[in-house]
Amino acid sequence: MIKKVLVIALIAVIGFSLMNVMLQIPFGEKRETVGDYYLQKSPQELKVANSVTAIVVSFRGFDTLGEVTVLFLAAMSLASIMYRRKRKGDIEIRAKKPSSRILQVGAQIIFPMVVVLGAYVFIHGHLTPGGGFQGGAIIATASLLMLITYRKFKVNHNTITWIESIAGIVFVGIGMTGLLKGLTFLQNFLELGELNSLLSGGIIGIIYVAVGFKVAAELTGVIDTVLLNNRPDNNDNN
Amino acid sequence: MDQLLTISFYGTAIALIAVGLYAVLAKKNLLKIVIGLSIIDGGLHLLFVAIGYVKGGTAPIFSPEITSNDVMVDPVPQALVLTAIVIGFAVTAVALSLVIRLYRHHNTASIDQIKNLKW
Amino acid sequence: MIWQIIILIVLIILTVGAAIYAVVAKNLLYAVVSTGLISLGLSMFFFILQAPDVALTEAAIGVALTTIIFIITIRNTTKYEDVSDKKKSIERRKND
Repeated sequence: MIKKVLVIALIAVIGFSLMNVMLQIPFGEKRETVGDYYLQKSPQELKVANSVTAIVVSFRGFDTLGEVTVLFLAAMSLASIMYRRKRKGDIEIRAKKPSSRILQVGAQIIFPMVVVLGAYVFIHGHLTPGGGFQGGAIIATASLLMLITYRKFKVNHNTITWIESIAGIVFVGIGMTGLLKGLTFLQNFLELGELNSLLSGGIIGIIYVAVGFKVAAELTGVIDTVLLNNRPDNNDNN
Repeated sequence: MDQLLTISFYGTAIALIAVGLYAVLAKKNLLKIVIGLSIIDGGLHLLFVAIGYVKGGTAPIFSPEITSNDVMVDPVPQALVLTAIVIGFAVTAVALSLVIRLYRHHNTASIDQIKNLKW
Repeated sequence: MIWQIIILIVLIILTVGAAIYAVVAKNLLYAVVSTGLISLGLSMFFFILQAPDVALTEAAIGVALTTIIFIITIRNTTKYEDVSDKKKSIERRKND
């Protein structure tokens, strides 16, 4: 009881001092930031319509490489923590009863549409809001729908590993090609098209397609690892 | 009055951080602690995006109808928060796999009864 | 103008209310669904603050993928916060 009162007092002090600090930053005022320089340079020199994509892939592209590495590390550590050797008597099953008829028919119709939506989002990442991470998450949600509905739907882990590795190699390879041509790492070396057309921006579209494939494969692997783990046949906690 | 309502964006973010912090500090179930970490992440992302807002601004995308004297919001905090959301999800997934492992070993999910931290 | 203020107040009450309920709830399944509701409210906030990329990412990752990972953890561990809550709810179900 005394512990809860102390915790609430501590949180009140923290919240009050945070609010005092935030009241000194006026909300909605225009300041001179580095964003002005990016907003000016993005449609004129890089010819990319979505300036958030230009920042993520081109101006701060090295941070995106770090983020892709962190995702890969998280997927690997998740698979290694949940690993369990198959013993005799283990049942490898996801659900006891098959799902209802409405769900089976509906999932068959919706699954190709969601995959096409996810592919559209990461291909047009430099023209409309979207990009590689959003498209990859949408495709992973589609495969989650199929995994829940059908008990015999299997995801081949070998295929996922190959797709992930090849997409990662394409990303780093494009960066290295910029280095080999005498420019810096991840600098643009293709020709720029016009603003608001599909082939604009040079290497930005290709990098986002590679990131979209990689994130989709990774998140599908994570979901499959978490859903299908062998456990012995004593389940009394549902 | 109008200014009070726009400052409420900061207030919501700080309230989310405070609620998440209470769940991390004062709850005993392991799953509640991980839920608290996820709520703190949400509050922080809202705080970052609310700092970059410009009054009367529009989204930072150069579609064909934009004239040259429109004000746009700051795009740099949005790029940072995009990375932070994905990494927050990865950290939550790893933390939950640790919770499953702890439950299988000790057969309880309460931190009061997990006591044998050996040297 | 008055509609904007009403929508903003409703969103604030929804988000903070879902957060408080997610911490206080005793049935862990209800807490996980409230966490998905927080992500939905945050996605609407990001749309009001003119940030469409961030709203898409939060809606795609926070609502679907985080909820499924939490539910799988509940399946492998307990469903109630205390063991005494489980016995109370079993007794309440027997008396109905």
